[in-house]
Amino acid sequence: MASASPIDPAFLDKDGNPLFHLAHEPHHPEGSSTMLGFWMYLMSDCLIFACLFATYAVLGANYAAGPGPRDLFDLPLVAVNTAMLLFSSITYGFAMLAMEKNRVAATQGWLAITGLFGLAFLSIELYEFAHLIHEGATPQRSGFLSAFFTLVGTHGLHVTFGIIWLVTLMVQVAKKGLIPANQRRLMCLSMFWHFLDVIWIGVFTFVYLMGMLR
Amino acid sequence: MSDAAHPKPGHDHPDAHAGAHGTMGSYMIGFGLSVILTAIPFWLVMTGFFANPQTTAIIIMAFAVVQIVVHMIYFLHMNTRSEGGWSMMALMFTLVLVVITLSGSMWVMYHLNHNMMPTMSHDMSQMP
Repeated sequence: MASASPIDPAFLDKDGNPLFHLAHEPHHPEGSSTMLGFWMYLMSDCLIFACLFATYAVLGANYAAGPGPRDLFDLPLVAVNTAMLLFSSITYGFAMLAMEKNRVAATQGWLAITGLFGLAFLSIELYEFAHLIHEGATPQRSGFLSAFFTLVGTHGLHVTFGIIWLVTLMVQVAKKGLIPANQRRLMCLSMFWHFLDVIWIGVFTFVYLMGMLR
Repeated sequence: MSDAAHPKPGHDHPDAHAGAHGTMGSYMIGFGLSVILTAIPFWLVMTGFFANPQTTAIIIMAFAVVQIVVHMIYFLHMNTRSEGGWSMMALMFTLVLVVITLSGSMWVMYHLNHNMMPTMSHDMSQMP
């Protein structure tokens, strides 16, 4: 039966019995699935943020007689912060365009500018946190503040690691140039960086702007 | 398989970055839209343009949703074709989970507050 089988010989073992799996994995070029895999990671990260947003939605009004959003938030500062992250998004875009044209110096330059905008964002956020803690609005103060620091802090932590990753890749590009592996890494970081900007849209709308409306 | 050494055209991933990025034009459109979609909500809240906070809340939420879509298209280059449609599939699945997580948590916790703590839920400032 096996000998007369019309089955593709690739699906038969050496004795002519049918195989129910491929004898050899089909070859995929290196890195061909990296983008999709990284996208899956971003989606799972999205779920982490969804849980933190849900926590904030549930606890956000529990002030425990402590300060509320109106007493604490400084909207002009948040607007500056938002602008920093938005600028860093577009400069990363410019870095990707320079990378496509294989211009190492321009890529490095735009990456450095992106990193500086990222650092500015982080500094402003840390200044805000320090200011809040100085005023006694610590994470332990109320459910609202616990949820606030967890949500905004987790985003800030992502930005921190994004900057570390960015510096790492700048060193890699400086050493090896824009080889395919480095281009792939830069594209992953691009997705990560733009993803953080998307999360920030949720943060400034849901936490800061809606907080001022309460 | 025999063709392992030289992958078939059309079978392998088309050149890791062909068409994966935008152009200068698409980035600038995305950036311009983002600036507008960010500035208007901030302006609405800072000036108190609408007397009713509920109206403002609904409008800024709508702006946020539009801006997220703009970022997805112009910065993350999402479309229904990338990775054979699997990125879009993963995104849709994630969105369903996000909606369930957010609306479910808020719905359950609202009713919990409403039904379990009739005397405490409104005025914690009266507590010792």
